[in-house]
Amino acid sequence: MGYAFDFSFLDEYWPDLLNGVWLTLGMTVASVLPGFVLGTLCAVGRLYGPPYVQRAVTFYVEAIRNTPLIIQVFWLFFGLAVLGAKIGPFPAAVIALVVNVGAYTAEIMRAGFRSIPKGQIEAAHCLALTPTQALWSVQLPQAVERVYPALVSQFVLMMLATAIMSQISAEELTGVAYMIQSFTFRGFEVYLVIAVIYLAMASLLRLTLMGVAHVSFPRLRRLGTPL
Amino acid sequence: MLGLTIEQIAYLFRGAGWTIVLSLLGFVGGTLLGLPVALGRASKSRLLRFASGVLVQLVQGIPLPVIMFVVYFGISIAGFDVPALVAAGVAMTLYSGAYLGEIWKGCILAVPRTQWEAGECLALTKTQRFIFVILPQALRIAVPPTVGFLVQIVKNTSYSVVINFFDLTYSAKVINNATYKPFTVFTIAALIYFAICFPMSLLASRFDRRLHRS
Amino acid sequence: MTSPAAPLVRFKNVEKNFGALQVLKGITLDVAPGQVVALIGRSGSGKSTALRCVNGLEMINGGELEVCGRKLHAGKVDLLELRKDVGIVFQSYNLFPHLTVEENITLAPRKVRRIGKAEARDIAAEVLEEVGLSEKAQAYPEQLSGGQQQRVAIARSLAMRPKLILFDEVTSALDPELTGEVLKVIERLAREGMTMMLVTHEMAFARSVANTVVFMHQGRVWETGPGAMLANPVTDELRQFVGSGL
Repeated sequence: MGYAFDFSFLDEYWPDLLNGVWLTLGMTVASVLPGFVLGTLCAVGRLYGPPYVQRAVTFYVEAIRNTPLIIQVFWLFFGLAVLGAKIGPFPAAVIALVVNVGAYTAEIMRAGFRSIPKGQIEAAHCLALTPTQALWSVQLPQAVERVYPALVSQFVLMMLATAIMSQISAEELTGVAYMIQSFTFRGFEVYLVIAVIYLAMASLLRLTLMGVAHVSFPRLRRLGTPL
Repeated sequence: MLGLTIEQIAYLFRGAGWTIVLSLLGFVGGTLLGLPVALGRASKSRLLRFASGVLVQLVQGIPLPVIMFVVYFGISIAGFDVPALVAAGVAMTLYSGAYLGEIWKGCILAVPRTQWEAGECLALTKTQRFIFVILPQALRIAVPPTVGFLVQIVKNTSYSVVINFFDLTYSAKVINNATYKPFTVFTIAALIYFAICFPMSLLASRFDRRLHRS
Repeated sequence: MTSPAAPLVRFKNVEKNFGALQVLKGITLDVAPGQVVALIGRSGSGKSTALRCVNGLEMINGGELEVCGRKLHAGKVDLLELRKDVGIVFQSYNLFPHLTVEENITLAPRKVRRIGKAEARDIAAEVLEEVGLSEKAQAYPEQLSGGQQQRVAIARSLAMRPKLILFDEVTSALDPELTGEVLKVIERLAREGMTMMLVTHEMAFARSVANTVVFMHQGRVWETGPGAMLANPVTDELRQFVGSGL
């Protein structure tokens, strides 16, 4: 095949690509913490909450995990528009990501909580800690520690999933790529380039989250226990 | 019905049909690719481990929509004019192959080392040992996560909307543009996806419980 | 309220069922302040259950149980308040693996008693000294031997300044050579006048340290007496039990 690769579009469009990178990273960073908090609350609700909370959480988790993200995004974005709520693509994308990753985090954290030996909780209660104190000081740190690698993978997947947000005209990296290829007709090269950028961002996010673990879990830092 | 015409609802179900077709393509292709990937990842050969590992790392680090675009434009610059189904099918094959390979590698490695040694004592060749001793046990372990991954395949076929493949998501988008009833249209689409995925999720967790009990 | 002479723990015909199974069939027993009471008996005799009733880990089904002036049989009991007064040490230590020794010890005083950081650390230093592990304050549980972990668990209990400490087979998971160091700590607490109830398999220890030995059999208090009773059992059951070398 006599195809001549041409990456010269980079000269002209690299600032656009950079903007796309920032938007992708922005969506990701904005979604990680709220998604983690939502998921953890749901896990606690499903494990220790009253029956109606357990049922509500189960419904939410199963509804989200058995439908595609893109349908959730369309439902939210176009639905809100029809209701007359003016909401930009970026906040809509972040809300959808938080709701989506929250459901997966709930399942991961639930497994984390369940893996804690009963004796730990009993010991905490016997020291006169209230259930909330025991949850916060004894169960939560151990649960997070145990499932941290799974959480990291989940958040990397979430970053990759931002690639569909151009469907609601958020100009993240994939959206920028689409725009560039429509001007240059160099679709293959453009998407190769952003594939490499995504690979780099995935590694960066993974490293950053591992760094967060390094800071947050002093025991792992001191003893070098692998996560 | 629900403010949609019968034709519009039928259109959604036609899209759902293509979602199932693409899912099956992805699963069959993914199995054909995933088996060698799994063997490579579990292999003693450093080269095989590296090569299969690179594929897995690439697929797991690049968004599926981007893989779809790369395949789509890659095929067209190779001089072929193919329908979106082929591009989407190839992309789903790459995606499923990498993930299934990684899942199955775990299943092969989960078979205890002593089983290999037991096979050795029975004077079986390496291939015989793998086929008759290791594989049946690995398959048993592999069933729950594989069924679970089917759900991922079905959901992720929705990303083919970026290359305008006509599936459930695409048809929902079209109907929404025509009717401007997003809640109705996307709720129906979500329910159809749910009806396909949820039974498989239930099945996966039931298999998982049964495996852990035994 | 309890006068100084009144018992800290008072069992009166206490019954406890697990479903259809009756584990405690009417137990009567007093523990006075400063007393060390050893509960002995075969597994299934109800001794651990009796101990776990004292800090409300198990709720009783019949009779009366009064601990540190609180009636555990009378409707709702504030378990948090009870557990500020009653410490417990488990067979499996149950130290919090993500916290250092010092953090394990200061967690409850800080959260429950709302003691400041500096003061809590002073308390930790004091109780660690008591169990002979001052140099391990910054270690993590997994860096310690079983015996050391159990001593930290005792220190963690002491830090709450309890009126009473329960010991549930605290040496059963330990190698014989590590058992000694834990028993020595308990012996020291006994000399200092700490009120303690312990479920134990260490007959020699029960005999030398306990003021009262309670032999339980089939959910009942079968025989009670000073440590010396183990040398001269009255009942056949205790004679068999002592003779079996358990």
